[in-house]
Amino acid sequence: MIEVKNIKKSFGDKTVIEDVSSVMKAGQCNLIIGSSGSGKTVLMKCMVGLFEPDEGEVLYSGQNFTKMKGQDKTEIRKEIGMLFQGSALFDSQTVEQNVMFPLNMFSKDSHKKKLDRVNEVLNRVNLVDSNRKFPSELSGGMKKRVALARAIVLNPKYLFCDEPNSGLDPQTSLVIDRLIKEITIEYNITTVINTHDMNSVMEIGNYILYMFEGNKEWEGTNKEIIFSKNQRLNDFIFASEFLRDAKDMRMLEESGKISNDRNMEELMHKDSASLVPPTED
Amino acid sequence: MAFLFSNCILHLNMTIFTDIGRYLLMFKGMFSKPENGRMYWKEFIHQCTEIGFGSLGIVAIISVFIGAVSTIQTAYQLVSPLIPPSTIAQIVRDTVILEFAPTLVCIVLAGVAGSRIASELGNMRVSEQIDALEIMGINTKTYLILPKIAAALLMIPLLVVMAMALGIWGGRLAATASGIISGSIYDKGLLEFFVPFNVIFALIKAYVFSFIIASIPAFYGYYVKGGALEIGRASTKAVVISCILILFADYLLSALLLPT
Repeated sequence: MIEVKNIKKSFGDKTVIEDVSSVMKAGQCNLIIGSSGSGKTVLMKCMVGLFEPDEGEVLYSGQNFTKMKGQDKTEIRKEIGMLFQGSALFDSQTVEQNVMFPLNMFSKDSHKKKLDRVNEVLNRVNLVDSNRKFPSELSGGMKKRVALARAIVLNPKYLFCDEPNSGLDPQTSLVIDRLIKEITIEYNITTVINTHDMNSVMEIGNYILYMFEGNKEWEGTNKEIIFSKNQRLNDFIFASEFLRDAKDMRMLEESGKISNDRNMEELMHKDSASLVPPTED
Repeated sequence: MAFLFSNCILHLNMTIFTDIGRYLLMFKGMFSKPENGRMYWKEFIHQCTEIGFGSLGIVAIISVFIGAVSTIQTAYQLVSPLIPPSTIAQIVRDTVILEFAPTLVCIVLAGVAGSRIASELGNMRVSEQIDALEIMGINTKTYLILPKIAAALLMIPLLVVMAMALGIWGGRLAATASGIISGSIYDKGLLEFFVPFNVIFALIKAYVFSFIIASIPAFYGYYVKGGALEIGRASTKAVVISCILILFADYLLSALLLPT
């Protein structure tokens, strides 16, 4: 569990975060959402210690991370894995070397054991036969998967993902989202995801914190978000007509007015004629 | 107008003092216990290869030509029949040892190795690789900057020693090829009035310059903000400031250490 208490952060005269408090629950995907410039990345960087908050504190399982120095801080950091927006892979190293880097730095295991662990996590993120490739030879989705493998190779307790879907197509985004969700459950990690991808919110967000202009505007589960009356949140989440329709549909499903067991196969066979696109004459 | 000018001067002064402060703080943060000695050693060896062997070719070419040109130009200026021809070798030897090998080679290295250090660290900063290392619990100043400075302190003086030898050899080559003096007279001149302190002085300069060549670009690269354009700017700034500091240190060391 990660507790954020009264975090404030300014850059010069500009206050980016004003008194934000929240609790990131263990074994769940905790999402920080908000429009660009709302302070979600700064909040995440305060949480992992890349920025020092002006006020407030961050507690990892009750330990005050903000006040820690030297070795104590390093010990907590060893329990943190982070997936960066741009993957942050080391350009001059192969996939295998990238993933093995944290092991080489902190593990005293034999090379064989480390290699086995690397292959295990690469398999876990569905990346096989890419060990010898360099980051420049990988697609965006593959880079994210390598970065995710590197983030989990030391069995972290906490996983931070900064916009894991940025620059990816919807299908690959879904794959990455599901992978993060599965890993969170499998390894019982406290995952914090910073995103403005609405699909992620609905797919993997167990707990959601909505930021607006440096403040916590709303927080709750992804079921509660459907029924939220917060206008700013609704404007942000359900910005398009399509998403508003999807929300209505989900509300009906959640309230049990329609069934959510959609048998697509049956639907395809029943209305197969109507699914054929009209030909242009 | 005067107000605007004084404001600009004040801002410039503030920037300089801020940079000096951050530069010193960078050193303060650099000395911590390595997380894994073997990884740091690997990084040190990698940097030795990059800085040392990566600059070997350019240093060799420059040294040979500088020596050759020195010989021809010295011979051109020594027109008096009263001066023995072996003096050409003495002058070439001393100019190469005292100035050309340490200063000129280090100015070239500030461009070659300095820009590489600044752009490597700048790229790592911009692409969040430094942040990734920090999150892993690695002291990035110790892991990324210290091996570069240590490698420069080891390899650049070696390159300077090599430049001395190649410069003197290049001078001999030009002397014999163009018939200015014979090889034996050149060799005889090299041994005349040789002051061993000159080599020590050149090595002191090489150590000071090595430190500048590695630490200034590391500072500008490590603290770069922005994107690809800023990496280029930081790299250029690092090279320019390194060159200025090398020339300033050259003057200071000459004034302090050479008896006049």
